[in-house]
Amino acid sequence: MNNTKMKKGGLGEEIKVLMKTRVRDYAMYIALAAIFIIFAACTGGAFLSPRNLTNLINQTGYIAVMAVAMTLVLIICEIDLSVGYMAGFLGAVAAIMMIRMGINMWIVIAAVLALGVFFGVMKGLIVTKMGVPAFVTTLAFEFIFRGLLSLITSESGTIPIGIDSFNAISNGFVPDIGDIAGMHSLSLVVGAAAIVLVVYFQIKRRKNMQHYHFDVLSKPMFAAKLIFMSVLIGVVAVILAQYRGLSWTIVIVAIVTLVYHFIMEKTRLGRYIYGIGGNSEAAALAGISVSRIRLLVFASMGLMTALGGILFASRLQSASTTAGAGFELDAIAACYIGGTSTSGGIGKVTNTIIGALVIMSLTNGLNLMGVGIAYQYVVKGIIFIIAVAFDVMNRK
Amino acid sequence: MNDYILEMRGITKTFPGVRALDNVNFKVKRGEIHCLVGENGAGKSTLMKVLSGVYKFGSYSGDIVYDGEVQRFMSTKDSENAGIAIINQELALIPDLTIYENIFFGHEIMRPSGRTIDWNQTIVAAEKLLDKVRLDVNPSWKIRELGVGKQQLVEIAKALSKKAKLLILDEPTASLNENDSQNLLKLLRDLKEEGVTSIMISHRLKEVVNIADTITVLRDGATICSINGRDGKVEEGEIIKYMVGREIENVYPRREDVRHGDVALELRDWTVYDPSAERVILNHVSLKVHKGEVVGLSGLMGAGRTELALSVFGNNPHYKLLGGEIYVEGKRVRFKEPKDAMRAGIAYVSEDRKHNGLILIQDIKFNVTLPNLEAIENGVVVNANEEIIQVNKYKDSLNIKTPSIAQKVGNLSGGNQQKVQIAKWLFAEPKVLILDEPTRGIDVGAKYEIYTIINRLVSEGYSVIMISSDLPEVLGMSDHIYVMSEGTITGELSAEEANEHNVMRMATKTEEVCNE
Repeated sequence: MNNTKMKKGGLGEEIKVLMKTRVRDYAMYIALAAIFIIFAACTGGAFLSPRNLTNLINQTGYIAVMAVAMTLVLIICEIDLSVGYMAGFLGAVAAIMMIRMGINMWIVIAAVLALGVFFGVMKGLIVTKMGVPAFVTTLAFEFIFRGLLSLITSESGTIPIGIDSFNAISNGFVPDIGDIAGMHSLSLVVGAAAIVLVVYFQIKRRKNMQHYHFDVLSKPMFAAKLIFMSVLIGVVAVILAQYRGLSWTIVIVAIVTLVYHFIMEKTRLGRYIYGIGGNSEAAALAGISVSRIRLLVFASMGLMTALGGILFASRLQSASTTAGAGFELDAIAACYIGGTSTSGGIGKVTNTIIGALVIMSLTNGLNLMGVGIAYQYVVKGIIFIIAVAFDVMNRK
Repeated sequence: MNDYILEMRGITKTFPGVRALDNVNFKVKRGEIHCLVGENGAGKSTLMKVLSGVYKFGSYSGDIVYDGEVQRFMSTKDSENAGIAIINQELALIPDLTIYENIFFGHEIMRPSGRTIDWNQTIVAAEKLLDKVRLDVNPSWKIRELGVGKQQLVEIAKALSKKAKLLILDEPTASLNENDSQNLLKLLRDLKEEGVTSIMISHRLKEVVNIADTITVLRDGATICSINGRDGKVEEGEIIKYMVGREIENVYPRREDVRHGDVALELRDWTVYDPSAERVILNHVSLKVHKGEVVGLSGLMGAGRTELALSVFGNNPHYKLLGGEIYVEGKRVRFKEPKDAMRAGIAYVSEDRKHNGLILIQDIKFNVTLPNLEAIENGVVVNANEEIIQVNKYKDSLNIKTPSIAQKVGNLSGGNQQKVQIAKWLFAEPKVLILDEPTRGIDVGAKYEIYTIINRLVSEGYSVIMISSDLPEVLGMSDHIYVMSEGTITGELSAEEANEHNVMRMATKTEEVCNE
């Protein structure tokens, strides 16, 4: 809810004001569009094929869930640099438990998630109780997880996971309910439902804001926004429907995003997290148990790192000795590109998802173009710095 | 002896909306100890900042004549080169460097080649300087290992190393214990024998009358008088008279009907030790606040008023409570963290709204509801509509001037930010409100509104403890006044008894009271 001053200058004026005051909110969409156009041109359209876009979305899954939790970590002015190898390590733990020990997949998933929370709490305790800065703590943990990953995969090297139901998590699709014009109907139905829900909630929210005399977008601008959102969801649904429909990854990412979005926007806990990020002294004096909430945020980071590790292992259908390298940078970059403030207190998990799409579009597009991994690192590093610099300069 | 080392003539310095110094004349004789006294906000520190080049030439009007020449200091470096050294209350030493590194920081002794530091010479020179300030420590100790008193001496050694001829000390004894204070004053006398001139800002009038050759009193940004401290004994009372002596204008809305109820909050023998300062910061503080009463807590800077509020509110985990009890409505309570104090019905409105009070990047509703979100919860969901209704109520009743409660708090004026702070704590449904400097840095109109709000609150049965450095405000608003000095209550007065003189006398009382 930005206090965009609406003058009676008409639509042109309103657009101008919006561009000025909210350029930060739109930047990631502009970046995403630019990346799509460039890659579509450079790959002769292959980038935009239903197959590749479905692939891109599934690829984004493991980074997206980690980035969502990372958003909270960054909001409270902390950081977690250990999530990359931690995800890799936990993926390997899952593989070993299932393949070598033959434990049931669901028990393994539950155990690995619990292990993730355990490590998250451990990091959180070191940061909050012992006062070791998060940067140092998590950097050290990155070394530890890297070592542990090598250790448990040293004998066997890469551990292939030959369990179809596990591999389906990141590669499988929700069973369809029938065809419509040769397309998968489920994703069309879900897409349509999503459009209806989004339009309904947006209208309801606008009415509510008008009721309490807040500034709202003018009618034509609001309509344009609704159409834009509907078209976006519609296009994604149609593209998915043309390939194999709704993937399990999308379902998981959607659930994670909705839950975190709900917590951050609707609950007391969300308020406390924003409050601590905005001014932890003031939050403490308002009676908030700051250290307990910081601990919780690290625990949630641990949980999502474990989920990310599972998604990645499932996607590769194996656990490798180098799994997870660089994930932390992707996750943090997704947050910053999605508008999370480098000085804390500001950030939205829904925007982080867009940020994750930007980062993974880069990876996917560069792969399609046949650019080597070495160059990819350089490009991502540059994009990362541009995103943060843009944020910092914009907040001045 | 009419040789003046310093003459400041007609100094006027304005900040947006405030005239901090108004045609101030200030003359210091060569080789004297000159004390500068005045209430908080009288302009002492501003004057010294003008002198030392913190406010550079051109940002003020008037002349600084030093050593017979008009000076144009563009930075503190310039004033240092001229031989003026200022020692601020917050010491400018680097804790993890050694004493000798600190003394010569910024003007290192170089080897003949001029490229590398001559550490041997540095240590030898540092030893000599420490000897001069009579500090018997190894110069290779780290600053961190020294107490505040000794750090102060290192600062003086540093000033001497720069060949300072004029030493400015801003409340040098405020954070020192009795022993260290005496040491420091003795040192100033010795330096005087060697021809060093000192200007000392101090609130401790007893010290001032003992040491000063000349005393200059500032009030409301103007020089009131300079008293010769050596012609017969200067009375503390005389200084106080000059420090206050202001007509109280009738800017305080009168409360109708003052009926006080039972005791809402009582503190008994509250004694707190601050390990980082190595001293007892609150010593057997006892006070009572009745229902429907405004209790003023007066005192000069560093008297321990904010520390008292924070230690009661449970916020400062490193303070050590040596003794004392809190009673809320007659019941003994213990607070481990602010949440406990809030549950018992105590709210603390911070003096530092930007750092401790508000979350500037969030909007008004977010800030107001933060301490008591439970009140607008619907299951686990914060009810956004209820929030808007509630916060709008406070916006109207406290007259917060904003186009909408979705406005970011950082965009509001100081007075409106203060009202948001008050709204926030009223929303927490307290019984006792501790307002720490509620009108600092806000304009006259907004001040009046805050006073009106305070009056309305007490008439509704709230109790208010108002910590304020503004003496007329304390006198104008309080039903009952406690005066603090150096961590103890040095006096208690009813509204009828209190006047500027007796409050200021209590606020400047020093150790003889502490030893009672």
